[in-house]
Amino acid sequence: MTAVTDRQKLQYIAAKAADSRVNVELETEGMILNMGPQHPATHGTLRIVAKLDGEQVVAAEPIAGYMHRGYEKLTEVRTYPQITALVNRIDWLGSFANEVPFILASEQLMGIEAPPRAQWIRTLLFEMSRVANLILFLGDMGVQLGAVTPAFFAFRDREFVLDQIEAVTGGRFHPNFDRIGGLKDDLPKGWLVETKNVMNKVRSFCDEIEGLLMNAEIFATRTRGIGVIPADVAMQYGLSGANARASGIDWDLRRDAPFGFVYPELDWKVWTHPDGDSFARFWVRLQEVRESTKMIDQICDGVPGGPIMAKVPRIIKVPAGEAYVSTENPLGEMGFYVVSKGELAPFRVKIRSASFNNVSITPWLLRGVYVPDIITILASLYFILGDIDR
Amino acid sequence: MSDQTDSPVENPEDAELQPEAALVEPEGPKDEAREELLSRFVEALGDDVLDSHIKVDKDLWIRVSADAWLQAGEFARNQLQAKYFGFLSAIDWMPSPFGRSMDSEVDRILDAEAEAEAEAESGTDLASGSATEYEHGFAGGETRFQVFARVAYIGGQTKNFGLTLKVDVPDDTLALSTWTKVYAGADWHERETHEMFGIDFAGHPGLRNMYLPTGFEGHPLRKDFPLLARHVKPWPGIVDVEQMPSNDPEESSPEGADS
Repeated sequence: MTAVTDRQKLQYIAAKAADSRVNVELETEGMILNMGPQHPATHGTLRIVAKLDGEQVVAAEPIAGYMHRGYEKLTEVRTYPQITALVNRIDWLGSFANEVPFILASEQLMGIEAPPRAQWIRTLLFEMSRVANLILFLGDMGVQLGAVTPAFFAFRDREFVLDQIEAVTGGRFHPNFDRIGGLKDDLPKGWLVETKNVMNKVRSFCDEIEGLLMNAEIFATRTRGIGVIPADVAMQYGLSGANARASGIDWDLRRDAPFGFVYPELDWKVWTHPDGDSFARFWVRLQEVRESTKMIDQICDGVPGGPIMAKVPRIIKVPAGEAYVSTENPLGEMGFYVVSKGELAPFRVKIRSASFNNVSITPWLLRGVYVPDIITILASLYFILGDIDR
Repeated sequence: MSDQTDSPVENPEDAELQPEAALVEPEGPKDEAREELLSRFVEALGDDVLDSHIKVDKDLWIRVSADAWLQAGEFARNQLQAKYFGFLSAIDWMPSPFGRSMDSEVDRILDAEAEAEAEAESGTDLASGSATEYEHGFAGGETRFQVFARVAYIGGQTKNFGLTLKVDVPDDTLALSTWTKVYAGADWHERETHEMFGIDFAGHPGLRNMYLPTGFEGHPLRKDFPLLARHVKPWPGIVDVEQMPSNDPEESSPEGADS
């Protein structure tokens, strides 16, 4: 940990030095570099305005909001079952995972619980959306560094996972499958066997990526020691998910708050990395995909029989109250703070999305780094624009 | 609306039973860990802890006075070691003057039943009066706007806890002290709350708009800000499928496909 803090100190000193150079040597005025809102390095419509001194970033300001859809307002005029269709579109690469915390919050307010089979299948689909989401990250990280091959592998292998999700839910990206009290449908016949085959493919994809990227020297030099986030800073900004675990914070809501899931019954491990740099964030996610495939295998073996819906009223009116439920989504902690007044629609829904917090650290993190590193740092923080803008 | 009918259980009586469960939690086992947290808060802040609510084994809400907002954040971070910043946002407790502006299947069923609740829902324009008429949630409240924030302690597999801090925003000033000095991550959250609710955070380094264009008028998440899409077009709207392109060149611009 000392190595990390030393590096962080150096980065801070570099940032200060860059600041003072701009102030003192008036002839080097510095330069404003605008990246985006449609820049290949920014994962969509995030715009980064960076103030440069030479090749060093003095100040960087991410500008979001090009895709704000006002979901918090829209939830106030929709019924609870309708809202899953909205929240699907927050993090569109792991859609099913978005529905779950909202459904769990509603179930908590109503005081009902999904039957065991529904909980197992929920966990299964939750992990599958994580795999589908993070596979793309693993490939995309290569693209950001100029290696195009991993992306094609990623798109190829992600399709197998999406096919499985589609076979159950009918939607590749927006399943809209979770219901208050259970799930919409049961699994199709023969699906579990096929899913285990797909998980084998995903595992070999992980090995491929490891061979292609992690053992490559260029990858190591571009990511090791770059964009270091110490644990206490990560906590202050509310970083969650793999970003926090890559900074050495041993915290995973799947293990620490598994309400509504079956994680305690599975054999798996939370991976952390002490370094907190871009490489650590990549490494942790790679291990997470492997861990998820293991979990999915276990769930496929252990999913019990029984109903998939609890007894819920036909017209869902959620009793008055407040509840906050957050889950470990592919991007980090995603939570829904639901305020109900006993009506058809929630009174207020605050969506605590992972990327919003994860990206809010960038002004701090990008100070003092070099321009090419902006790209690797943003790629390794891994955000989805819909998850920032909501 | 097919979501509604997918439920295998069709028991309309349940629909009436459910809302009866009121805010009051049933008398159950005490949540000692959260009771202790609360007592530490009361010890440190004294009378500034105005109200609290414990959902046993689930969550804790503490409402503090506006003057002690910064102090509460500092106490949570430094003394309770709740260093993880979850989020910060606000609630407008004014009942919406517009209702839900919906005309869906469920609404029609409810209208047919002519429930008293449904009438209260549509007649909300009575409640635009003083603050005492606002119906607040957990841990009570006195003002129209409340800011709430969630922080958490992460330090072990069993001892983790999260708590929601609430504060009444004074109606006359609509200002609070900023949390950015306590939790750096509050920066963006306060910017968002500022533009969406019009609440000021004194001492914030730059309350620029996060999402809205510069010069945008109004605060979208306030209840009195109309959701224009719902006023322009009735919900769920007429099925607006575009017309098939016709062979007649004069009718090439389809009139049925409205904006």
